[in-house]
Amino acid sequence: MIFVQNNLYTCSEVGLAEIRKNVKEKNLNRVVVASCSPRTHEPLFRATCSEAGLNPYLFEMVNIRDQCSWVHMKEREKATEKAKDLIKMGVSKAALIQPLEKIRVNVNSSALIIGGGIAGMTAALNLANQRFNVFLVEKDPELGGLIKDLNQIYPDNEQASKYLENIIQEVKKNAKIKIFKSSTLVKIEGFIGNFKAVVKGAKQNVYIEAGVVILATGASAFTPKGLYGYNGKTIITQLELEQLLKKGNLHAQNIAMIQCIGVRNEERNYCSSICCMSAIKNATILKNQNPSANICVLFRDIQTQGTLYEEYYRNAREKGILFVKYLPEKAPVVKEKNVEVYNDFLNQEISIPYDLIVLSTPLVANEDAVEIAKMLKVPVQENNFFLEAHVKLRPVDFATDGIFVCGSAHWPADISESVSQAYAAASRASTILSKSYLEVEGSTAEVNNDLCVGCEVCVKLCSYKAISRNDEDRIVVNKVLCKSCGVCGASCPHNAIIIHHFTSDQVISEINSYGGC
Amino acid sequence: MDFEPKILGFLCNWCSYAGADLAGVSRIQYSCNLRAIRVMCSGRVDPAFIVEAFLRGIDGVLVLGCHLGDCHYITGNYEAQMKMKMLTKTLQLIGFSDRMRLDWVSASEGNRFAEIVNKFTDRIRNLGPSPVNKEELKNGAIDDLIAVKYAISSSRLRALVARERTIITEGNVYNEKIPEEKLDSILDEAISNEFVRHKILVKIKNKGKSVPEISKEISIAPNKVLEHIVTLRARGLVDLEKITDEVPTFISIKEDT
Repeated sequence: MIFVQNNLYTCSEVGLAEIRKNVKEKNLNRVVVASCSPRTHEPLFRATCSEAGLNPYLFEMVNIRDQCSWVHMKEREKATEKAKDLIKMGVSKAALIQPLEKIRVNVNSSALIIGGGIAGMTAALNLANQRFNVFLVEKDPELGGLIKDLNQIYPDNEQASKYLENIIQEVKKNAKIKIFKSSTLVKIEGFIGNFKAVVKGAKQNVYIEAGVVILATGASAFTPKGLYGYNGKTIITQLELEQLLKKGNLHAQNIAMIQCIGVRNEERNYCSSICCMSAIKNATILKNQNPSANICVLFRDIQTQGTLYEEYYRNAREKGILFVKYLPEKAPVVKEKNVEVYNDFLNQEISIPYDLIVLSTPLVANEDAVEIAKMLKVPVQENNFFLEAHVKLRPVDFATDGIFVCGSAHWPADISESVSQAYAAASRASTILSKSYLEVEGSTAEVNNDLCVGCEVCVKLCSYKAISRNDEDRIVVNKVLCKSCGVCGASCPHNAIIIHHFTSDQVISEINSYGGC
Repeated sequence: MDFEPKILGFLCNWCSYAGADLAGVSRIQYSCNLRAIRVMCSGRVDPAFIVEAFLRGIDGVLVLGCHLGDCHYITGNYEAQMKMKMLTKTLQLIGFSDRMRLDWVSASEGNRFAEIVNKFTDRIRNLGPSPVNKEELKNGAIDDLIAVKYAISSSRLRALVARERTIITEGNVYNEKIPEEKLDSILDEAISNEFVRHKILVKIKNKGKSVPEISKEISIAPNKVLEHIVTLRARGLVDLEKITDEVPTFISIKEDT
């Protein structure tokens, strides 16, 4: 320690100028500021060090305000002792900190979008309209996803085919979007800004380089084989009803719909969230076509979120569609000519005659979801839907940077939800694509290959998939992906990982300067 | 003079350190005994840091992270939980486990932060000074802590702890999910073995001793001591020093383990 100065406000321009001046004049190679919290002011002081020609990581901050003077206002002497200890700890760490460099990586400004349903197409259009190149990969021979099979879409009862055609035309017309139909992702490697993918097409493999990946692979309709007498003729699913309505050759007088088929049970413990509105929509269409039809919807709970959907539901009831609640432990029983169901309000069994039963089945994760998840190293939840980084704070991100999710791949979503998620994913992606390079923190983990035995404990532990075995059979940290949490370093069985800026030596020097003996 | 415990805290940058800052901004007054070290994640806290602190005469160590499920680094605090569980089990063997605590404070919980610090300080005040700070207990306590430090730093224990969560949640390489209780019993056994082995190493660090002598010093049956000596020899940590009157003495041959 060769120079100490007291300032009223070290973070004011006067204080910062003093730091710059003294670093230069006295040729200082470490700077410690004891003041407020590094959470608010570390960036400012680091930048000041930088301006003075000192590596910004050669700065250490000691918090003697928020965590000392402000919280021990009536114990001046003890607080002063504490401040002295804290400064001692900070200085001893400062002696050991090392200069680090921020790392720059170039960003490929194209996006790879897997899935050409409504979510994928919306994201593609959004990015293409921002002048980014988009590679849109669809496994079916045609774009459109699940909407291809729909009749009308709620709440405006617009023809699904018309709605879809407009979007498909827009996507096809857009010169920035390159479409690969009948194609699947077979391999992907790389990281944010620099993904390299192999896509297997109908004729040949295509190699794609992209800066971001958006997963919009959607979900599949569940076929209720063996449930409620499902036969595909008199007992069908909502999706099959949509197709019959589309063809316009449906003649049924007594129709019963049963909700929550094969879902919200032990095997699939989630709510598919779109089936209530689909059933209400189809019941309304049937009732409009044939006002004398008897339509009864057997439900567990009706989910019609928002005023728009709630009003849609009320209209359906006003039209004379019956909604009857059933209890999961006393589920409806489908007989030859009628459905028998116990109603809790009436406290009795009721019998509903039918000539058509429509089962509302959930969307389930695609069969290849797990395979894709493994390829991209992103997680899926218990029902194999893709799992976002944080349900509220990062709803369309994955923990792995540069990969995003939208639409039913993440959770059963209707069109409006898929569209807004697609916009969200595209907007998150564009924050990366709009940069020509990314700059990442220098304080990352680093493997000391002299100590590493290659046990790969760290590879599994890293939430960001930043650690891997390279071609030379060595364990390496990808500094771009590393978020410097330090979990790998604290866990490595052989202490072979250095956590820069929080090295064991640095932490132990802080401990030692507080402890005594 | 009243006993003023020396308390060290490891605060994660995103939740508990921010919670501590909030306590400051809200002027919530709490005990002066804590000195905090900022780490990016509670998962960064190497159990060896805590033992190091005890060796330096610190009376109590707090580790604070984000609430489970809220970790800025997704699962860092779960890893911290595994590490601290192992450390607590080990410290129980030498009566130090009450001197450390792992808890969760979010960035919005200034009050909770102050409360945890106060309660922990009171607990340590009631426990009294660390044996390391008592002249008559010092040497024994330091020997114990050194044995703990080397035991928890052994690659065997570290690997076990680092893999524990994956094995419980995702299964091992054979896709078998092993229940936490079963892993815990494996962990318990590994901890007690490693601790005893390192305690033996501490006892024969500078001076060779015979099996009966070691057995007497660490109060463990001679046949068990011999088993450990055999293991330690196989690991290249202990060697035969000499044989006097047909009694062999053993000595530790590596500075660090």
